Amino acid sequence: MIPELGQFALVLALLLAIAQGLLPIVGAWRGSAALMAVARPAAAGQGVFVFAAMAILIYAFATFDFSVAYVADNSNLALPWYYRVTAVWGAHEGSMLLWVTILNVWSVALAALSRHLPQPFVARVLGVLGLIGVGFLAFILFTSNPFVRELPMPADGGDLNPVLQDPGMTFHPPVLYMGYVGFSVAFAFSIAALLGGEMEQAWVRWARPWTNVAWAFLTMGIVAGSWWAYAELGWGGWWFWDPVENASFMPWLVGVALIHAQAVTEKRGSLPAWTVLLSLFAFSLSLLGTFLVRSGVLTSVHAFASDPRRGLYILGFLVVVIGGSLLLYAIRAPKVATGKPFAPLSRETGIMVANLLFTTAAAMVLLGTLFPLIGDALNLGRVSVGPPYFGFLFVLLMAPAVLLLPFGPYLRWGRAEGHQLTAMALRAGVAAVVCAVVAAFFAQGQLRAIAGVGGAVWVAAGTLAYVIKRWREMPRGRRYPAEMAGMLVAHAGVAIFLIGVMLSESLSVERDVRLAPGTSASIGGYDFRFDGVEETEGPNWRADEGIVTILHEGKSVGTMHPQKRTYSRGQVQTESAIDAGLFRDIYVALGEPMDPNDVQGAWALRLYHKPFVRWIWLGGLFMMAGGFFAAAERRFRAKKTAAADVPAAAPKESLA
Amino acid sequence: MNPTRKRRLAIVISVVVAAAIAVGLIVFALQRNMSYLFTPSQVQEGQATQYPTFRLGGMVKAGSIQRAADTLKVSFIVVDDAGAMPVEYTGILPDLFRDNQSVIATGRMDSGRFIASEVLAKHDENYMPKELKDAMAKAHENRRIDDKATQDATP
Repeated sequence: MIPELGQFALVLALLLAIAQGLLPIVGAWRGSAALMAVARPAAAGQGVFVFAAMAILIYAFATFDFSVAYVADNSNLALPWYYRVTAVWGAHEGSMLLWVTILNVWSVALAALSRHLPQPFVARVLGVLGLIGVGFLAFILFTSNPFVRELPMPADGGDLNPVLQDPGMTFHPPVLYMGYVGFSVAFAFSIAALLGGEMEQAWVRWARPWTNVAWAFLTMGIVAGSWWAYAELGWGGWWFWDPVENASFMPWLVGVALIHAQAVTEKRGSLPAWTVLLSLFAFSLSLLGTFLVRSGVLTSVHAFASDPRRGLYILGFLVVVIGGSLLLYAIRAPKVATGKPFAPLSRETGIMVANLLFTTAAAMVLLGTLFPLIGDALNLGRVSVGPPYFGFLFVLLMAPAVLLLPFGPYLRWGRAEGHQLTAMALRAGVAAVVCAVVAAFFAQGQLRAIAGVGGAVWVAAGTLAYVIKRWREMPRGRRYPAEMAGMLVAHAGVAIFLIGVMLSESLSVERDVRLAPGTSASIGGYDFRFDGVEETEGPNWRADEGIVTILHEGKSVGTMHPQKRTYSRGQVQTESAIDAGLFRDIYVALGEPMDPNDVQGAWALRLYHKPFVRWIWLGGLFMMAGGFFAAAERRFRAKKTAAADVPAAAPKESLA
Repeated sequence: MNPTRKRRLAIVISVVVAAAIAVGLIVFALQRNMSYLFTPSQVQEGQATQYPTFRLGGMVKAGSIQRAADTLKVSFIVVDDAGAMPVEYTGILPDLFRDNQSVIATGRMDSGRFIASEVLAKHDENYMPKELKDAMAKAHENRRIDDKATQDATP
């Protein structure tokens, strides 16, 4: 009975979403306050029913209700409760429900926090979110219903993929979706602005905190996914240019461009059409990502076995959303005013160049990701594009961005002064060269490591110089407003990230070795002594657990316990052991016994020594924090900020 | 030409040059990193000879996995419905690697053997990558032979 209630809740949510999608938009068009007033209650109602459906699905998992096909497919009696909860989004149907749930989190938050905005505008924004909700709720109800019954009820269920039985599963998907789906809010703001013809700066100011928060969540989700792949998949890599990784990375790249373009539009009124276009792209790429993951058209580690109807539905939805929004853009965008003029040397130009680099990078990733489909359509055979394609072009595109980054804060709106730039470049350049020369003594001749240190110091020194300049020149309390603090923290994150990527990529030592108990292997100055395996057990698995003692200069540093788990349904899963440190990770994974009948004999082991690998995620977390800080800017929260009330160009020193 | 026109011309030329460089680099990078997927029977027909490295996809033949006594070298045979190809790999195989599992190996040919640098097996044992399924169906179609190997080749 209870699962039917879940389905019923989804049907009600769909009806409310239709009301939320149509009535307020019509109301805003006709000027009817009554119709516009439907938006908030409808959004709240849709939220209540979607949350109820989600709660019911979680309840079904918690109580082993195997009469629900989705529960029976993805959990069993031996699965611990915390993985039963995360199993909710472990496969297609539930992850779509998670998508809609998070869409409603955003809608409800927007409905609650938008009292200071004009009513027609809020009505349109919530209306657009309602229409997106209609699309996804209909998708769930018609093609991927998680509440379908399976009768007769099986005595026990299948199993959750062992890869997903990991703490990473609790936060990676929800956080990633917070980011993905969050771009729907920026999208809704843009569509609302196009519909209403409000192409003044005000709407961009309202959209900025939402976009920043969504981007920060997306950053956190990608960082979490990267860390999870590193820790759990036993590959020791942190990024694979896998289609599904790319699917989340493309909106991120466009998101970077978008949050910067929004700053230009808000502060100076320039590039409004470009800002609108970017927010359409960011959301379209989020949808495309969903399509790529769900339809199974691309070979990926994330691929779910799939149903062509679903792919077709999402493809249709994609065409409607992208086509419809671009059509609206084509009709409305040319009416836009163009803002204040700017000189070739100005912050506007700097941000435009960065925007071009980031959007080109997104286009490059898109081309590489879709190339197998293109190759198929053109009858080129079964082609895929290897990681070196992405690596080569991405580095090429991002190198100028890194080079230009420290200049950003020093560039003034409108027209920048050259002498400040050269002074900064001189200082940061000297610092970068000195550090690179010092690094050369430690880098074992690895050019990438030296370049990485140079680049990171260049960014860090340039950013630090600006921090000092503000400290000296501004009175207390006005030195680092939230928006600027966010920018500085995020830019510092780029420096940290650079160190992590370049040093770990060039200095890592990775070896697969064959070790008999008692023997040892040595990499990166550490000795790994293999002391055999023991049997151990978990709630629904048993494992061979290796004992590996790490020695550094003859002294024991620690003991590591990599596992080879066999789950109750026979799936095998490698659990690597990681000794994490700020300056290096030691990573041990068990391969297989050399003789399957003698587990006490020699084993294949994978040993990694990875310097500075944590800095990759640390840098990502800094960027995320930057996004959240910037969103907390007081100016965004000010009540009654009609565009005219606030001086359009905030004080000259103020920052994007 | 007046200054405005001159500036516009400069902008247009730089945009065109930048676009040309971008397209050139992308084509270059694509060409160097495109990797084709072939099944054993397609390789035996000689379709892969022009590619120094490619991906080989198929099923691991039951009972064909052999380990060296003192190194990490593994050899096994990858089959599709009409062909078979011996493969050599040195290193640790993925968790899901086993008899009758669909795998994709990246590597090159060396005197009749495929020397793999990477071996992938999919997460889900019921799931076969779409491109592999298509490639195997195509190889099957070309030959129109209905032999017993089909049983091995279905997951």
